[in-house]
Amino acid sequence: MLLASILVLALGTYLMRLSGVLLRERLELSDQVQRLLPMAAAALLAALAGTAALMQASGFAGVARPAGVAVGALLAWRRAPFVVVVLAAAATSALLRLAGVR
Amino acid sequence: MRTPNRTQAPDLSSAPAAPDTGLLRDAAAIAAAMIAVGASFGAITVAYDLPLWVPFVMSSVVFAGGAQFLAAGLLAAGNPVAAVLAGLLLNARHLPFSLAVAETIGPRPLHRLIGSHLMTDEVVAFTLREKDPHRRRRTYWLIGVTLFTSWNLGTALGVLLGGAAGDPAVLGLDAAFPAGLIALILPSLRDRTTRAVALTGAALAVLLTPVLPAGLPVLAALLGLLVLFLPARRIKAARGREEGALVQGRGEES
Repeated sequence: MLLASILVLALGTYLMRLSGVLLRERLELSDQVQRLLPMAAAALLAALAGTAALMQASGFAGVARPAGVAVGALLAWRRAPFVVVVLAAAATSALLRLAGVR
Repeated sequence: MRTPNRTQAPDLSSAPAAPDTGLLRDAAAIAAAMIAVGASFGAITVAYDLPLWVPFVMSSVVFAGGAQFLAAGLLAAGNPVAAVLAGLLLNARHLPFSLAVAETIGPRPLHRLIGSHLMTDEVVAFTLREKDPHRRRRTYWLIGVTLFTSWNLGTALGVLLGGAAGDPAVLGLDAAFPAGLIALILPSLRDRTTRAVALTGAALAVLLTPVLPAGLPVLAALLGLLVLFLPARRIKAARGREEGALVQGRGEES
């Protein structure tokens, strides 16, 4: 049962990953719809970032994590390198937690 | 900010092949973070008393971090049906991702079969940051293979280290991933229409998180596309159409 459920989850996930790749050329998408695809992806990624930054389960994530993400976002906006953004975000929230801020 | 109605030569040709050391450095950064989070996944499955093969099978065949944490918890609680359903719901976003990166993966059947399995949020974000099709493809495969390797390596380390792998929050990794995603999508957000769609979608997702099961709030972000149907935006969208995909990834100057 354990193995079966993991394999079903894996297969379902794989089929979702594969389906768009296979369907893409069969669907005759107008230019306008094609232009929506990267926008849809950007909306999903922004939603992932937003929920991961602010929420923990169904409540707010506290202070340390959003503060770290905010520092990272600010640096990204100032065109800091990716590595700097990621490290600064992690360091900020880790240090805040070390100082007792949750 | 770009004025959509000005004729501008597409600068595809002039994009100098930026040294790939930058991409490699970014790949190394995300790989380090993936190893640490993968280790905490491995450690959690040990703490849950799941059989030792579970984390390895999950990390290699499911290969989706969020769904793995969620499903492992539900499996440990003896609820395999919920584990499958919740995991699939959380991964449903891969369907629109899959449409968006289909052309990047390319036409060869083997590439499609393997490339699809490498698809994750981070790979999609890295890929859509690039504008040039060749760089896009290289980025997809480089980041995809890097993440698959580091995720599985991390999982193994976590199983070996057990509790010593610890909580990713102590290292601030829970802040690193959203910040990294923001850095990757910022170039697309410099396009006004994309920004309106993405920010509306993100706001919807955050507001819906307390009331919907995991996975649905992020999918609800697709409703952000509805801002395109607001009267003022519709005109802009029509104007922007000639620019097509060029609008995407316009932050390459950075």
